[in-house]
Order: sequence, then C-alpha cells, then structure tokens
Amino acid sequence: MKSTLSAIRQDCATEILRMYKQANAGHIGSSLSCLEILVDLNFYRMQKDDYIILSKGHAACALYVTLAKSGKLPIEMLQTFYRDGTQLAAHPPCSDQIPAIPFGTGSLGHGLSLATGLAFSQRFTGKNFHVYTVLSDGDCNEGSTWEAALFAGHHKLDNLTVIVDANGLQGIGSSKNILDMEPMNRKWEEFGFQTVIAKNGNDFESLNESFTRLKKTLKGPRCIIAKTIKGHGVSYMQNKMEWHYLPMNDTQYEDAVKQTGMKDA
Amino acid sequence: MRKEFSSWAERRGREQKNLIFLTGDLGFNALENVEKAMEGRFVNAGVSEQNMISMAAAMAQQGLSPLCYSIAPFCVFRPAEQIRVDVCLHKMNVKVVGNGGGYGYGIMGATHHAIEDLAVLSSFPHMKCFVPFSNQSVESVCEEMMNYNGPSYLRLGFGPAPSELEPFMCYQKFQQLKKGEQITIIGIGPVILNAISAATQSETSADIFAANELPLEDLSEEVIASLKKTAKLLVIEEHVARGGLGEHLSLLLYKNRVFLEKFHHLHALGYPNQLYGSQIYHQTQSGLDPQSISKALKELT
Repeated sequence: MKSTLSAIRQDCATEILRMYKQANAGHIGSSLSCLEILVDLNFYRMQKDDYIILSKGHAACALYVTLAKSGKLPIEMLQTFYRDGTQLAAHPPCSDQIPAIPFGTGSLGHGLSLATGLAFSQRFTGKNFHVYTVLSDGDCNEGSTWEAALFAGHHKLDNLTVIVDANGLQGIGSSKNILDMEPMNRKWEEFGFQTVIAKNGNDFESLNESFTRLKKTLKGPRCIIAKTIKGHGVSYMQNKMEWHYLPMNDTQYEDAVKQTGMKDA
Repeated sequence: MRKEFSSWAERRGREQKNLIFLTGDLGFNALENVEKAMEGRFVNAGVSEQNMISMAAAMAQQGLSPLCYSIAPFCVFRPAEQIRVDVCLHKMNVKVVGNGGGYGYGIMGATHHAIEDLAVLSSFPHMKCFVPFSNQSVESVCEEMMNYNGPSYLRLGFGPAPSELEPFMCYQKFQQLKKGEQITIIGIGPVILNAISAATQSETSADIFAANELPLEDLSEEVIASLKKTAKLLVIEEHVARGGLGEHLSLLLYKNRVFLEKFHHLHALGYPNQLYGSQIYHQTQSGLDPQSISKALKELT
C-alpha cells in the first residue's frame, strides 16, 4: 500500500506545484501539509458514499488534485485553477456543481459543524456513510469547532472522523505562541472523541497505524491528531509560516519539483 | 405568535416526516407539543447557534427540511456567517425562526431585541425573510415559507389582531388590511396593527397594507394604484431605517416611477435615551406607538 500511495502522492505533489506556479499563488505549504491525509482518504480509505469536508479550505489545491486523480472531479478542470470563470478558486466552491465537494469552505470553523450535520442526518435518513473532515490548527481556535465537537461527542456520532492537520503553524505565527492548543489530544478526548496521535502525519504508515488504533467497537466520534510539516517535501518551505502565502519564483519552482521527484523516486 | 407558530409546527411536523426541528435550547412552555409530535425529529442543539445553523445546512444537503428556532437576535446575528455561507451561498432549504423580532422581548433588554435582522438577512443571496403581521396570519405565512425551497427567515412577534380584521388565510406579498382615500400606509410585522389603531384614533381614511416578506421583488398593482390615488405614503417598521422596508420600498417606488407628494418613514431608533422598558415603551421612544403614528397621520393628511 505504502509504495502505491507514495507514487500517487508524488504525482499529486508535482501537479500541485505546477498549478500553484501557473497561478502564481500561495497556500502551497498548506496543501503540502495535508496532502498525505487527502491521498490516504481519497485513494485508500473512503468508500463510495463517504464524504470529506476540507475545513481548512485554503488547502483546496490538494483537495482538487486528489479528487481529480481519484476520478471524482474531471481532470481537465484542474487547468482552470485560479482562472477567471473557474469553479476551482483558491478555496472550495460554494455551489452544487461538484458532488465530491458538498460544501464550500474557506472561513475556518465551519467544517466540523457541516461534517457533524452530515453524520447526524443519518439518524433520520437511514443512509450509511462515513464523514471525514480535515481541520487545521487555526480551525481549532474557532469556537464553532468546539460547539460541533460538543454535539458530536454528546450524540456519539461514530460515523464521524476528524483529522487535525497539526503542523503547528497558523495565520501569522506558531500556534504555541498564539493560542497554545496543547495538549490537543486531551481536548478532543474530553469532548468525547476517541483520539490518537499520528506521530508523522506525512507518512502513510503512521496515518494507517493511527486509523487502525481507533477502535470500531467504541461508540462515538474519532479524532486523529496528525503531526504534520507545513510545506512537507520541499526543504525551503518546511515549517515556514510564510509558505502559507508566498508564490514560487522560477528557481524555487524548479527546486521544489526536483525535490518532489527525488524524494519519492 | 409563538403559540400559533407552535401549533402550526406541530401539525406540519406530524405530516412532513423529513422536517427536523432544531432549537438553540429555547422554547420553554412553547414547544413541548412540537417535540411530542415530531417523534424524535426534535433536536435540542444546545446553546450553540453557529453549530445549529451549519448542521442544518448539512441536513438540508441530505434532503431533510430543517427548521432552526431561537430568540431572533440569537439565531440571526451570532450565526450570521453560517447563514451566509453554509445556508445562503449554497441555497440550502433551511428555515431560521426567530421569536420576538423588533422590540418584542421588551424589558429583557437590547441583547434580546432584533431591530437590524431584516437588513442583514435580506442582503444574503437567495434569502427570503417572512414577517407575519398578526397571530392569525402566522399559518399562511409559514405555509408560504415552506413552499419556497430555499433559505428563509421567519420573524415572529406579538400580534393580537383586532377582531374586525379577516384572518387572511390566503398569502399575499402585500396584504391590504384597510381601505381609504387620504393616505397609504405600508408596514411590516405586527407594528402595522398600531397603524390601524392610529388611523381609527385620528379618523384618517387610509389604505393600509402589510408587507409580508423582504426583499420585495416589486410593488403590487394594488399598492401602485393606492399610491397614485393618495400620493402620500407612511412607511412603518419596528426595524432600523437602514436596510428595512422603507429603503426597499423607496427603490421600488423609483423603479415604478411612482412620485409622491409626501413620504414619511417611522422606524426603530434604537435606544435614544439609553433606557429600557416594555415593547410599547420602546415603540413610543421610536414614534411607533398608536399615538405617535396618529400624530404623524394628522400632519401628513
């Protein structure tokens, strides 16, 4: 599994870099931070009717690429990224045009509530699916995230899994210095989530092992705190807050593509 | 109107099995009958309005028909972004129900009033704000709201209608309540009932209309005919001037090339003396009580 997913990841990372370069856009570090999580979900873990809500909508490029390459979005749409008249804006679209993206996001703190609503709706519709939602460190600052966590915990929604893309950086600095969320796992546990920490959230084995450790026999929602690296895979971007915002120049792009190719070759 | 709304929701909930009633932990002595009728589809979301609205959007995406209840300011202003993004931008069929619109919660104080709600919500895409003007019109307005498959806001108030008024079972965007010759009065919400008293008090012969929703697409033929006849308009609303009925109507008057001799707008002034009281106290402070309206009518006619 690992080698297959790694190859997919490399392919996706190259495409992500190409798209950001062509768009001359930022949020590269954010997309590379959660890429392995999205590859794991879209290419391995998710069943046909499952949902993914990318609460950290600023990593939309990684979502678009993993959806397109897993057959859930027309691949040619990727060429429209950031262009006038596109559905693929910097943040996922608020439209009903893409079934794999049921809700547009981009303002933090909405994803878990939406995911909780989807999961809870099964009690009335009788449908059967799992809902995954990917949150950022910044998402965990939002009060609405914890409103949703209270509800999901109280109602023991075991068809809901939160994955926190915990790269330790947010808006304009490190979470530790802005609003320290640690111990993050204990917060989620106290809200009723069965919680495990993926020590290397950019590694497929670590992610898989974390999913395996979540016991299906335990009622209630689940949470994986995935310890990730912002800008993962590109040395000069790694753990650098500014790569939330910066576009690449030609030299940086060539270097990033080279590193992406070398790493997984 | 809460009692009438509750009776309607009880009946509707029994029939419509995909209706989900969410409350932000409010409704003591008002919604127990609804909870019973809903057979498990009544959900207390806790004092978490933001989460309640986003969850409702997700439920609507799944084909359910959620209705989110709270005191008006709590289900409008706190989760305004959730309404804008998750409900309105996605055109989700979510009904937000706010009790005590305007100064309805009186002495409870400013935190419990909603006098800017229509301005905020009527500016959101696809959103329709429905405002019954009397207890007797709640049911027809609720049914009209349910006929619209999209984001809606129901602003409930306190509206015991005078016995001479018909129950108005048939919904109209502009409902004519009285016929007259001297002046046209258009209001939104139960404050229009104050205008009916005022017209009687001041012996003014007025065409009186209640607007039942915002935004308004256009004026009705009856309203245009009335304005051409009287050339005088009094607009009345328990809502601030910005973004309320008065501004909505002004634009439509220009679009329809209806030019008036006199235009007067009575609206909520907020808290001009920084003091608090009953609903009628606040109405009086804003010139929305029957006596103040009566005085305005005398000056206008």
